[in-house]
Amino acid sequence: MIKFENITKVYPMGKRELTVLKGINIDIKKGELVAIMGPSGSGKSTLLNLMGCLDKPTSGSYLLDDREVSHLSDGELANIRGKEIGFIFQTFNLLSRLTALANVELGMTYAGGVDRKKAIEALTKVGLSERIHHRPIELSGGEQQRVAIARAIVKNPSLFLADEPTGQLDSHSGEEVISILTSLHAEHGITLVLVTHDINIAKHCQRIIQLKDGEILREETL
Amino acid sequence: MKKWTNFFSTIWIGLITHKLRSFLTILGVVIGVASVITLMSIGKGSEQQILNNIQSLGSNLITIRPGASIGFGGIRGGFGGTRTLTTEDADAIAQLPDVTAVSPTNSSSLQLIVGNQNTNAQVNGVNAEYFGINNLTVASGVLFSDTEYQSGAEVAVLGSNVATTLFPNNANPIGQQMRMGMNIVQVTGVLQSKGASFGSADDAIFIPLTTMEQTVAVQRTAQGGHVTGSISLTVSDSSQTQNVIDAVTNLLRNRHLLSASAASDFNIQSVEEIAATLTQTIGTLTLLLGAIAAISLLVGGIGVMNIMLVSVLERTREIGIRKALGARQRDIWSQFLFEASLLTFAGGIIGVFVGWAVSYIVSKVGTFHTLVTADVVFLAVGVSIAIGIFFGFYPAWNASRLNPIEALRSE
Repeated sequence: MIKFENITKVYPMGKRELTVLKGINIDIKKGELVAIMGPSGSGKSTLLNLMGCLDKPTSGSYLLDDREVSHLSDGELANIRGKEIGFIFQTFNLLSRLTALANVELGMTYAGGVDRKKAIEALTKVGLSERIHHRPIELSGGEQQRVAIARAIVKNPSLFLADEPTGQLDSHSGEEVISILTSLHAEHGITLVLVTHDINIAKHCQRIIQLKDGEILREETL
Repeated sequence: MKKWTNFFSTIWIGLITHKLRSFLTILGVVIGVASVITLMSIGKGSEQQILNNIQSLGSNLITIRPGASIGFGGIRGGFGGTRTLTTEDADAIAQLPDVTAVSPTNSSSLQLIVGNQNTNAQVNGVNAEYFGINNLTVASGVLFSDTEYQSGAEVAVLGSNVATTLFPNNANPIGQQMRMGMNIVQVTGVLQSKGASFGSADDAIFIPLTTMEQTVAVQRTAQGGHVTGSISLTVSDSSQTQNVIDAVTNLLRNRHLLSASAASDFNIQSVEEIAATLTQTIGTLTLLLGAIAAISLLVGGIGVMNIMLVSVLERTREIGIRKALGARQRDIWSQFLFEASLLTFAGGIIGVFVGWAVSYIVSKVGTFHTLVTADVVFLAVGVSIAIGIFFGFYPAWNASRLNPIEALRSE
C-alpha cells in the first residue's frame, strides 16, 4: 500500500535548512493498522503529510498502491487526496457553517460527486443518524470527530490517515473514536496509519513505528 | 448537473453566512451602477427632449439672422447686432428654387392689456406663411390670411400661454379686442401649445408684419429697404438644404453688395445643423457623466477586491480543508471567482433597479427628462460582472495557491 524508500524532507528556514526527515524506509501493507509515535518535533506530522500527498518529499521514492507519486503535479496529488485518502485531524477540521450532513457531503464534492444517501449512511455508521442537521458548534468534540470520520469513509478511500485523532478529546470520547476506527478496520479491512502520543491508543494497532529526530528509532509488531 | 448545484450551493452558503459583509461589498457596485443608469438616463432623456423640440420646429427650417458669421481677425459684429436683412431680401429669397415658403420676422416686446389682465409678451410681425414654416397650428379661431397681411389688418394670433394669462377662467379670446402697446388689435386665433423651449411660440403673439410696420417704427436701410429681424424659410426637401443655403448666401451677398473678400453680414443656420451640434454636445456631456459614474463603479470594484482578499484570509482554514479533501487549484479559484462575480452581478441587478427608481423620481420632481435605455442597462450589468471577474481574479488566485498544510494550521 505504502512504500517509502529513503524519503527525506528538508524545509528552508531562512539561510539555514531544517532537515525534518532523514531517509525513512517504511512498508505498510494493505489492511494494516499502524501507529506512529515519537516526541514533538520528531517528524511524525511531516511523515503523515507526505503519506497523504499534502506535501512532496525532498528526495526518495514514494509508491502509493504501486504508483510513484513523489513527482506528481499539484493537481494530480489533489486528485489522489480526493479519491484515495481519508484524513482525520486532531482539530476535526469541519466547516463550522455547514451541518454535519453538509460536511460529509463536502468530502464527496471533490471525489466524484455528492450522494446524499451515502452521506446519511456514513453518519449512521458512526452513530450520528439523529444529528445530521446539527452544526459542529452544537456537537460535542467526540461527535465532531465522528462527523470527520464519516466524511473520510463516505468516499471509500483505500488509505486512512489520522493525526492525533483523540488529542483534543476526553478519554471516554477518545475510546469511542478509537473503537469506531478499529471496528472499521475489523469490518472493512481498511488501511489506517495513525499518529499518537498515547501508548494505550497505539496498543490497538498491529505495528508501532517509533520516530526520533527524523529517523526511525524502532519498529515493533504487536 | 448535480456537480453544478453543489458548486452553487457552496458559493451561496458562503455568501449568506456573511450577509452584512456581502451587502456592504456590493454596495459600491450598487451605487456605481445606479449612478451610471441615472446619469445616462438624464443625458439620454435630455438628448431626446431637445431632438423632439427641434423636430417640432420643422426639420426643413432654415433661419437667417443679421450679423457676421464666424470669421478670423478684424472687427466682428455680434449676432443680431446689426440690422442688415430686409423684407425685400425675403421676397428675393422666395424666388429661389426649392424654397417653399419664406417669412421675414420682426420682434418687439410690448405690453398687452385685456380688461384688468395684462402681460408683457414678444410680439412677432410675420407673414401668413410663417405659421406653416414653423409648424404652428391654431387650437381655436383662425390664422390671419395673406389678404389681411397685405392690407395690414389689426389682428393677432396668440400663443397658448399668453391666451390663458389674458383670458383666464376659460374665457373665449376669439373676436375679443386687445390693447397692444398703443394700438388695439382683434384676436383671431389661439395657437396649439408646442411646449418647445426655443423661444417658445407659446409665450408670444403674432401679427402681420405690415401691421407692425405701421404701428411700431420701422428702420430703413441706406438703400431704403424695410429692416427685418430675421428671415425663416423652408426647403422642399431636406436633401436640398445645403444647396439652398449656398444659393441664399450668394443672393444676399450680391444684394448687400459685399466684395468677394468681405465677410457675410448675415448668418444662416439650418435646424438640422443646430440639431447635430446639440446632439453632439449632449452626447459628449452624457459620456462625461457616464465616465464620472464609471469611476464610482471602479471604486466599488476595488471594494470587492478588498473584501475578497479579507475573505480569503479569513477562510484560509476552509481552503486548507477543501484542499485536503481533494480540491484542485482551479476548484478553489473558480469558487472564489464565481463568488466575486455573483456578488457584483447581484449588485449590478440591484443597481439597475435603484438607478431606474432614481431616474423615475428625477423625471417626476426635477426639471430633467430621463430615459433608461436597454443598452445602458445591459452595459452596466455586463460591466459589473466584468468587475467581479477582474477584481476577484487576484484574491481567487491567491486562495488557490495556498499551501494546504499551512492553510490547515492557520486559525
